[in-house]
This record gives sequence, C-alpha cells and structure tokens, in this order.
Amino acid sequence: MSLLDVSGLTIRYGDDEVVSGLSFSVGTNESVGLVGESGSGKTQTALAILGLVPRQATVSGSIKLGGTEVVGAGDLVLNRLRAERVGIVFQDPMQALNPYVPIGMQIRRVLIEHGIAKGYEADQRVMHMLDRVGLPDPERQFRAHAHQLSGGMRQRAMIASALIAQPELLIADEPTTALDVTVQAQILDLLERIRDDTALLLITHDLAIVAGHCERMLVLDGGKLVEEGQTRKVFSVPGTAHTKTLLEAAPSFDTTTSPSPVGGELLLDVDSASVSYRERGADGDLKAVQEIGLELREGETVAVVGESGSGKSTLVRAVLGLIPMRAGQVTFCGKDISGPVQARATETRRDLQLVFQDPAGSLNPQMRVEPIVAEPLTVHETNLDAAARKVRVMEALARVGLDEQFLTRFPHELSGGQAQRVAIARALIVNPKVLVCDEAVAALDASVRSQILALLRREQEDTGLSIIFISHDLAVVRSISHRVLVLYLGRLVELADSEVMFARPLHPYTRALLDAVPVPDPLAPGGRLSIKGEMPSILAPPSGCAFHPRCRHADARCKTERPEQRRIAGTEVACHHVEELQ
Amino acid sequence: MSILSRTIAHMRTSRTVMISGGILGVIALIAIVGPWVSPHSYLDTDFDRLLQAPTLRAMNLFGTDDLGRDLFVRTLLGVQVTLVVAIVASVVSLVIGVLYGATAGFVGGRVDAVMMRLVDTLYATPFIFFVILLLVVFERNFLLIFVAIGAINWLDMARIVRGQTLSLREREFVESAKLIGVSTPRIILRHIAPNIIGVVIVYVTLTIPQAILIESFLSFLGLGIQEPQTSLGKLVSVGVLKMDGSAWMLLIPATLLATILLCFNFLGDGLRDLFDSRQSR
Repeated sequence: MSLLDVSGLTIRYGDDEVVSGLSFSVGTNESVGLVGESGSGKTQTALAILGLVPRQATVSGSIKLGGTEVVGAGDLVLNRLRAERVGIVFQDPMQALNPYVPIGMQIRRVLIEHGIAKGYEADQRVMHMLDRVGLPDPERQFRAHAHQLSGGMRQRAMIASALIAQPELLIADEPTTALDVTVQAQILDLLERIRDDTALLLITHDLAIVAGHCERMLVLDGGKLVEEGQTRKVFSVPGTAHTKTLLEAAPSFDTTTSPSPVGGELLLDVDSASVSYRERGADGDLKAVQEIGLELREGETVAVVGESGSGKSTLVRAVLGLIPMRAGQVTFCGKDISGPVQARATETRRDLQLVFQDPAGSLNPQMRVEPIVAEPLTVHETNLDAAARKVRVMEALARVGLDEQFLTRFPHELSGGQAQRVAIARALIVNPKVLVCDEAVAALDASVRSQILALLRREQEDTGLSIIFISHDLAVVRSISHRVLVLYLGRLVELADSEVMFARPLHPYTRALLDAVPVPDPLAPGGRLSIKGEMPSILAPPSGCAFHPRCRHADARCKTERPEQRRIAGTEVACHHVEELQ
Repeated sequence: MSILSRTIAHMRTSRTVMISGGILGVIALIAIVGPWVSPHSYLDTDFDRLLQAPTLRAMNLFGTDDLGRDLFVRTLLGVQVTLVVAIVASVVSLVIGVLYGATAGFVGGRVDAVMMRLVDTLYATPFIFFVILLLVVFERNFLLIFVAIGAINWLDMARIVRGQTLSLREREFVESAKLIGVSTPRIILRHIAPNIIGVVIVYVTLTIPQAILIESFLSFLGLGIQEPQTSLGKLVSVGVLKMDGSAWMLLIPATLLATILLCFNFLGDGLRDLFDSRQSR
C-alpha cells in the first residue's frame, strides 16, 4: 500500500473547478514532482492533502494518508496528521514564520503540541534539527527572529520545523522560487539529504528542479492530471502535447546559444558609477554599487547578473536617474546625463524606458489599458489628437501581440503575461533607443517567458533596440544577451561577451553561478553546489575580495587585498587567481 | 469568483448606493419643498397652540413646540441646515486635505516635514478655544461654522492621504510615470489621487456624521446656529428637555438625524466598493 493515495480529488470554488478528478499516489520514501503552470491547481492539491483548503471551497473525492481519510476529517484528526505524518514547506518562509516568536520556540512548539518531547529534551531536539538543516551556531539561531535570518536561512528553519516530528511525507510547495540560484541548489540538496525515509512531494513550475530531484513526476494542466511517469521517461518521451510544450519552454541551458556580438555605435556609456545610501546606525555609508562601468551599443543586449543584494537593480536605477549617484558619469549619445531623471531633456527621457519585474505593480490599477499605453504620448508627442493617439496605441499593442479588445481592460483583468506585454507596449510606444528590463520575465510561467523573450528579440531585430537585461536566471541571460556583466556585493566580478563567458567562465563566482543552474535533463541535472554559504550583508562587506569567505580558492591575499579589474583574453575580471584557474 | 456571485456582489453594492442615496435625496427634496408648501413659517409663534401633538388640524404635521411654532417647518429647516453644514464642511476638508496630504507625501523630504509640522501645530490648538476666538473676532455667522469644522477635519484627511501617498510613491507605476516624464502635478492627479479615492470616500462618510455632531454640539453650547434659525442637533437638544409629555419633539428630529447618519454610512460603503475597481473582480 502506498503512503499517500489520492483518488478522484475535485476542488471547487463556487462554479470554478480548480482541481478535477485528480488521482495519484506517493509511495513510502518516494520523491514525486508535481509540475504545472500557475493556475494548474498544484497548490490547491497540496492544501487539500493537509486539510487546509479554505472553507468556501468544496472538496470531494478521497485522500488517504497512511490509511487515514483526510477529506471531511475533523480538526482533531487533521491536527494529529499535520506535523506527525505530513510536513509542509511553503514558498515564502517570511510569511510562514511568525515574526514575533523566536525560530527555535516555533519549532519546539511542534514537539510540545504533539506530546513528542518537552522541556530540556525538546530544546535539544530542536537544536539538533537546526544543526542538521545547516543553520550555523544553533544555540544562537534558536533565539533568532525570522527577520534576522536571510531568505535561505529562513527556508532552512522552515524545513527544520516541517521535519522535527519526523513525518512520513514532506510537501514542499515551490520551496526555492523566492531564492537565488546558488541558495536554491543548497536548499534542494538539503531536502534530498535530510529527508531520510520521508517521502517528498515537490511542487514546482520548474522542470529543471524535478529533473534533478524527483524519481517520478506528475504533470497538471487546468486542474487535471495530464501525464504521470518516471521522470527520465517523461523527459525523453513526453506522452502529451502539453508536457512537450512545457519541456520546450523550459530554458535548456546547455543547448542555448548566445547571439554573436554586435558592432553598433556606442549609445550609453556608464563610467565608474557608485551609489551609496546613508544607513542609520551603521558606520559610514552603505555602498550599494561601487565603480561599475558599462557600455551599451546600438542593437545590443547587455545582461546584468547577480544574486539578490548584488546591486544590479540599484545600478540601472542610478543609470536611469531614479536614484542619485555618489560618483561616476553616465553619457548617452555623447551627452552627459548623470543627473536625476527630472533634470534630463525630454528626448533623453523618451529614449530610455524601463520594464519592471512585477507587471501588475507597474500598471496603475485604476487606469484602463488604453490610457496606460498612451501616457508616454501625452508627454512626448503632445501634438497628437485623440484619434491619432488611439491609432498609435493600437500599433503598439499589435507589436506586442495584443488586439483592440484589450483597450478597455483594467490591469487586474489581464494575466501576468498580458500585463507584461502592456508594460512593454507602453515602453515601446515612443520608440526608445534603450529598453531596460528589470527581471522582466522572472515572475512569468516558462511558456509565457519564452514568448516575451521572443518578442524582445524580434523588436531588437526590427528596430535596432538596445536592451539592458537584469536577471538572476542565467539560462535566460544566455539566450538573449550579447554581453554579460556579473556583480557581487556591488562590485563587478566579470564582464565578457556571452559566448565567451558561458564557454569559459573565469571568476570562481561566475562558475559557481553556472554550476548552480538546474538543467531540465534527468541524466545531467546540473544544480551542483560549488560555493558554500550565502551572500554576506552589504552593511558589513568582507575585507579584501568580497567573495573570499565563499570561495574555495581563497588564500591570505584574498582576505586583505581587493583584486583589481583586469583584462584577460577579452574578459574583464576581478580575481587574484585567474591565471591558475584558467 | 463565478459570474453569478460577481453579479450578486455588483447588484448589492449598487443597491446599497441606490437605496441610501434615494432616501437621502427624498429627505433633501422634502426639506427644500416642504417649507414652501406648509402654511406656517419657522418663526411665527401661536400662543393658542403651545406643545401640540402632531395633527392634521391646521397642518401641524409634526406638532408644535413650547412657543407654538410649527415643528414641521422647523424640522425641515433643521434638515436643510444640517445637510448644508455637513456637506460643505466635508467637501472643504476633502479638497484641502487630499491636495495637501498628497503633495506632502509625494514631494517628501523637507517639504513634507514642514507641511506636516504645520498640521501638528493646528492639531494642538484647542478646538473650542479656536471657535470662540473666531466668533469673538468676527460676527456670529453661518459661514464660520463651516470654517471651524472644515479647519479641524481636513487635518485628519491630510494625515490619512499622506500616509497612503507615501506607500503609493514607492509603487512601480509611479516610478514608471516619473521615468516617462510625467509632471509632478499630473502624477498626483492621475496616479496618486485615483488610488486613494477608496480610502478617502470611506473617510468622508465618517466626516459627514462627525460634522453633523460637531455642529449640534456647537449649537448646544450656543456657539452654533442661533435662534430662530435651527438645526437637527439643536432640535434634538431642545426635544430632550421636553421628553416627558411631548415625546414628538425629541422623536421626530432624532429619527431623521439617525436616518441621515445611517444613509451616509451605507452610501460610503457602497461607493467604496464601486470606486475600487479591484473589488469588482
């Protein structure tokens, strides 16, 4: 008999059926991936297994966990099930942890409530668990609050709390989506290592993760199970068209080729830009970006890459004039435009446009699509009358693949992909020379992401648009960019043509980033760990080379002396050990 | 959410607005037309008919008071005064408060600090003291009551709007508007103001009853509406004194006052749902 038996599970919200007739099982000690795009019912399924579906939903069918029926079970039965037999790790640990209660006390509570251990013994078990999930100095972490931990550490604490009562099944709902790629690799590795004989149900939209960590996989589409099988088999011979599309949309890192370098005219030249914030209570300024140079040519895409906190968004915001620079110069088409955006000439403002990560947040919720897209025209082309403006809006929408039925919609009536298209249309309507995309595809499903990337590439071919592309996703970066800039703690560590960088990364940090990318291939899943720990706080940057605490090549010199930026075979790199590593 | 429940939700919000708005409209209409139709005027006294209970004889529909004045006309006059005071005071506080708060919040920095300290200073001024000063310096005047109430209420509004603006300012659509080159007044009008209207509407529905109450409080102290003019608050306070034996003098204006307050609250609730486009999902 299998551990978890789901049969004919149907979840409805009013007339909406979010999960329909779902049947699957998870065996003891098995790891199963539950894959689907947003809205496919993955999370609802997970909640139903825990009996956590909201009251207004109706659940029918049967979920048997080790012989106990969950559907329709009372609170007493469910409370015994949770933690003792099934644990869950959510996507956002900040929201899953109580901000007012120390981490250790939260985990300890599980033991007390379930009568597993108490007093000193409970403390010891929590401490031991914290140690196992890789939280350094468990005694201190026991008393730490959620906000004092980094994202990765919080997720480790969540895992500790899910596993403390030694459940038979661990459900992980997008456990690494909110984390950086290197931390993602660490967390997935930890899940794999720590679960002993706990079965794992891993819910994700990322096929690459499933490829590396699950024996079996289930593919959901619109609440229905469309495919089920051994991971290797599904990847090599996808049984349905939907799985095939998912696999094609997944950024297959190793087969992607980068566009060749272009030799257009120099458009934007950023010279040793520095940004610092004054931080209350800190000694001196918080140096978010230090002496970074960047060149952008016509028709070129430059990617800015780094983990969160590396300063990539700060850098482009300073270039765009949204935040002040402490030092450095920005030259656009031969003119110095270093000041704030309000001080720039109208034409310059028109030529530099930005697309944000969160498509819904960058559109005014109280405006319809037509005035949103038309807004740049009201500033830059004031001579247009209403009819001419509408024609231009329609043209811009057509460029991004939307038709006139969208004109009267409100942002909340658009899907994520459609909203991002509207945001791109608004940026492109005045035909800018430079488009800055700040994680513009990070929040989108894989299939939508590849459509948006194709759209950007086509615009570039048609109009010679230059793009600055900020991303933490190296597979995406590889497919779209001509040159790549890698940042670490506000400093440049490597800059090269993307063909060169992906073929022969020089800096140990770049290598670690590349190694950590999971690959949607069960035979060579990638996602390897080659660095330890997480990015230190920018408030207390390490001495010498900022990367040395995580670098396995670090020696005494790296601790004291900051490496200068050097040019080696077409690559700008800042590392003392480049020669030996080459 | 399904189509059915969406329709129900929509109908309910519109129905609240329709019914409460309708009742307010009818009350206002009667208050305007009534005194013209009635054979009595608000200041004529009739010493033969003191403290008459409501009757159809001689058209004393709401009875008469202890001076023999017709209460039907006086009550309607009170409704007129109350509504005008409440609405004008709220509109004054709305306009000043929203513009002031949005500007302080959006511009930020030193401008914000100076503007909000001014608000704090005004807050610290005792309200009654302020009103007495006004009434001493100027002649007793209907308009002064609006000024006094408006001057107090816009402070709350400015604080609320500033707080909302501070959080909106960081939103990406505002940053994106700045980048496009949209001017600051236009950003405030087109991007900030529409997004705080939901909160503001709710707050106005709180201000209107508050303004009505302040007005009756001032009238009670003898600082507000002066005899022979009247307001609902004043009628209620007189009615309380005559509660034994002449209950109509209290019950009729009190019922009207309660109805008006309730209708404004429901109206605000419904309007908020209609204004907030995200809620109609």
